Parts: sequence; structure tokens; C-alpha cells
Amino acid sequence: MDKLLKILENICPGVDFKENNDLIESGILDSLAIISLATDISDEFDIDVTVRDILPENFSSVAAIVKMIERLQDEG
Amino acid sequence: MYKNVLELLEFSAKTNPDKQAIIDETKSLTYNEFVTAAKSVGSSLLSLNEQNKPVVILMKKSVACLVCMFGVTYSGNFYIVIDSDTPAQRISSIFSTLSPVAVLVDKNTHETIKAVNTNVNTICYESASTYPINPDGLIAIRKRQIDTDPLYVLFTSGSTGIPKGTVICHRSVIDYAEWVTETFGISSQTVFGNQSPFYFSMSVLDIFSTIRNAATLYILPKTLFSFPLKLLEFIAEKEINTLYWVPSVLIMIANWKALDYVELPKLTKVLFAGEVMPAKQLNVWIKHLPGVFFANLYGPTEITDICAYYVVNRPFKDDESIPIGNACNNCDVFVIKEDGTQAGPSEEGELYVRGSFLGFGYYNNSEKTREVFVQNPLQQHYPEPVYKTGDIVRFNEYGELVYISRNDFQVKRMGYRIELGEIEAAINSIENVNACACIYDKDTDSLNLYFTGSGVDENTVFTKAKEKLPPYMIPNKVILVKQMPYNANGKIDRLALKKYTDTQKGDNKNG
Repeated sequence: MDKLLKILENICPGVDFKENNDLIESGILDSLAIISLATDISDEFDIDVTVRDILPENFSSVAAIVKMIERLQDEG
Repeated sequence: MYKNVLELLEFSAKTNPDKQAIIDETKSLTYNEFVTAAKSVGSSLLSLNEQNKPVVILMKKSVACLVCMFGVTYSGNFYIVIDSDTPAQRISSIFSTLSPVAVLVDKNTHETIKAVNTNVNTICYESASTYPINPDGLIAIRKRQIDTDPLYVLFTSGSTGIPKGTVICHRSVIDYAEWVTETFGISSQTVFGNQSPFYFSMSVLDIFSTIRNAATLYILPKTLFSFPLKLLEFIAEKEINTLYWVPSVLIMIANWKALDYVELPKLTKVLFAGEVMPAKQLNVWIKHLPGVFFANLYGPTEITDICAYYVVNRPFKDDESIPIGNACNNCDVFVIKEDGTQAGPSEEGELYVRGSFLGFGYYNNSEKTREVFVQNPLQQHYPEPVYKTGDIVRFNEYGELVYISRNDFQVKRMGYRIELGEIEAAINSIENVNACACIYDKDTDSLNLYFTGSGVDENTVFTKAKEKLPPYMIPNKVILVKQMPYNANGKIDRLALKKYTDTQKGDNKNG
């Protein structure tokens, strides 16, 4: 969780990610942010985030991203 | 004879009154409904008692924004679209250039305009779009209009940071829409998936070839561009058959391998413009969609949208450049060398354009206008303004124009003339490199190459660069970045990279 928050803060400095449950609609995570986020998560957690995981429901909140990472770790 | 773009819209409304014209996330209008709403907005603006004056539209890209664009046109004035996310400082700067007679806002941007220090007449879309239509007033203003009256002013960021507003008239857009229609076979069967913002010249193709042909335009929701599969699924589901997108979006889809997962049986045409489309990612698209028509379009805002184009009709290796092709019908392009004479075959020079797509110049900026809207250097017998694009090109062995670089991207180093675009094309063709940009740092006389990619490191790129480039073109520094900065139009933001280079230098000095 801390590792993820660090990645997020690197990409979008100054955003309170824990409080926000609508990272997509609010425009905090735009298309470029999601691409670099997916790349960073793949590297840091040693998982393979593919285009099939780049879906709104996997990036709408920190909890959703954590859930996706855990699922991909289990699959890996 | 058409002399006003509204005649194109009204013709489509007459032949296809109940056909879907424009659709966004929350709203959809038939041609009849579109004309009615635009006439209402136009009627509400008649009380301004102004003609050929700037009216700003400060709204999010939407059906409502399009209604306002045509509403301003109905009122006999010209529009300037400013995105709702634009910083107040840029809005102020545009306002001081324009001195608009009114600004159209909606309930979401009503607050935005308050942050801008202006006393301009503010009109709300919500009340304007239901205003009673004044048929006599609209007819009277139309009668007074001619085809060289301005239709819109489109702002581009000048290299100095002060935005320049190109003035484009009805004639240019009518002729341009005609060219688009005949060249790409646009018809009432066409369904566009619009990506381009309405404050960017590429949207002119989408909007005006749609309304000219009673086609349908989907304004694609912005969030779709974050999710490649969702974006492609949307195109498949809505049976969108024509795309005119910036390369960065096409590249993103190719890099994510999104085309492996979604079939696009209805898609027939993919057009692109705005920056260089690398052959590597274009080849991914062609491989997945072998029957689709692909074309590379080239042109600046100052020439409405496009002045030359190339239909992809032969295979390209990953490190080859896609030509920009030949001039559009009723447009002329020519290449002038540094000594002012016309370039011979395969000689490099600056591209000049003439024709009816040509804009009038920059609004309230005669100095900048004179720099680039110049007398035709090939004849001095009668006044004939042509546009100096600032782009370096040459004709290849097929007689097609090839884009080399921006004038300002041409660098003299160790006596060699270097095209940054050529270095970028070489680096782009390296496996696993997703995007790159080369910046020349004058102070240290060095070439800094920024790239994004996965499974490829700086050393590999450097080694491969040495295999592909002559010694004087090998970058001094190769820097892997997590993400490329992009500007509002979706192009790589070179100013930001330049600034980044400068900060790094500062850090080094301090360290």
C-alpha cells in the first residue's frame, strides 16, 4: 500500500489519494498518468499489467488498484 | 454557390432532418434539432448588434459547444473556442488580443469566467439555446455576409509563449470540406469518432465534413483515451468507420497491443496528422487492419487544416519515414531554399503554401502576420500572399514530399546540418522504444535524447543509435523517462523537455 501511494504521489504530486474514490471521473488520473502508473506497478511489484487490466474499474481508487495488484500477484 | 458554412448544415438538415448529427456522452441531436438549437443561440446574440466580431465560447467539448459554434455563426460573428480547463492566465491573454463582444458559458464554466478579469458580456448557453428564434433577424444578417467573412479564430501557442490567433473565413472551410469529401469519400454513411479538441485545427475536418455530408459525429468521451480496450470497444459498438486522430493516440494503442483483443469490422478509414507517425506503429495497425485506408495528412492551422496528404499505398520498413505526399486539389505547395530560389528534385528547403485554404493572418498581430504570410517569392508582378510554414521538406524519388523537421529543429553542429527528426526516426525504430524526442542544447552544443520504453535501457538505445546514425548525429545523452510530457494538443511538449534539460544543468552545477 505504501509502495503504491509513493508511486501515485510521484505521478500526481499533491493529491490525497486515500480520500478519493473517483480517480478517473475527477480527471486526476488522465491517460498519460495511467500509462506510467501501469508501467511503474509492473516494475515495482514484479507483475505483468497488460492492456486487459487497463480498465476503469481497476484504477478508480487506491483500493481498486491494490485489488488488481493482489490478483495479478496470485496469478503470477 | 455556397458562401456560408450554414448553407452546408441547412442542406443536410433538409435532406436528412431526422438523422443523428452529433452525439456526446449525455446528449444527441438530429440535424433538425441541431439547426433549431443553433438558430436559438444565434437569435439570442442578435441583440449584441454586432457583425464580424469575436465571440468566445468557454465550454467543455460537447454537443452544446458545437451548437454554440454554429449559433455564433448564425449571428454573423465568428467564434473562438476555449477549453473549460484553460488556465485563467491564458484566457486573459487571449481576451486581451481579441476584445470579444461576448462570451458564451454554461453552468460549469460560469465560475471560470469570473476568475478572469473581464467585463465582457457573458451569455449562458442554458438560456441562449432555448431563446425564441428570430427568423427575420437571422435572414437579414445572412444577406449582409460574404464568403470572406471570418468564421473562427484558432489560437496556437507561439514559440514566444504569447498565443497567436489565425483568422479563417467561410470560403476556406467550404473549400476544405469539399476537398475532404471528394478525397476521402465522406458521405451520409460516414460515422466519425472525434478525438481532436475543438480548439485544434484537426477538428475542422471532423466537424465540417460531417455537416456537409449529413454524416454522424461521435464526440468520444475523454476518459476513453485512458483505456485502450474501452476505446476500441466503443468504436466497434457504435459502428464508427472513420477516425482522424493524432499519432500519439494511434501509437498508444499499438504499443499496448490493444488491436490483438478487439475486432473493428466497420472501420474503413484511419487518417492522422499533427505530428510524425512512426512507421513502426503504423505497421502494427496495417497488420491488424489490412483492408483499411490509411492516410498521412499534413498542414498547419494557418492553412485551415491540411495542404498535403499521402495515402499509404506501399509497405514501409520500421525505420522509414511516411511521406507527407502531394498537395491537396486546388492547393499549391513549393519548396524554397535558403538562398530564396526554388529547390530542385531531392533538394531541401522550406515549404510554402498557396491556395484558398490560406488564412488571413493573426488577429491583432500584424507583425507576426508579416513574418509568415508573405508575398509569393516566385513572382513579384501582383500581390499574392502565401504562407511560409517553417517546415523543412524535400521531394523524394517518388515525387512525394517528405517532412524533415521544423525550421527551428534544424541544428548546425560541428559544421553539419542535423535534423532532429531524423535522429528521432532512427531511435523510434529501435525495438521496445515507445516514443522519443531529441532536444538540442545550444549552450553545451549537445544532443539530448529522451525516450520511453519497456525492456530497453539507455545503454541499448545508445549502442543501437551508433549502428543507425552517422557519428555527428549520435546523441550525447540518452535519457530514459517514465513518461513523455505532452501538450494540450497531444503533441510531445518540447518546451517542457528543454526546461527539464535546463534544470538538470542547474542541478549539476549545484552538485
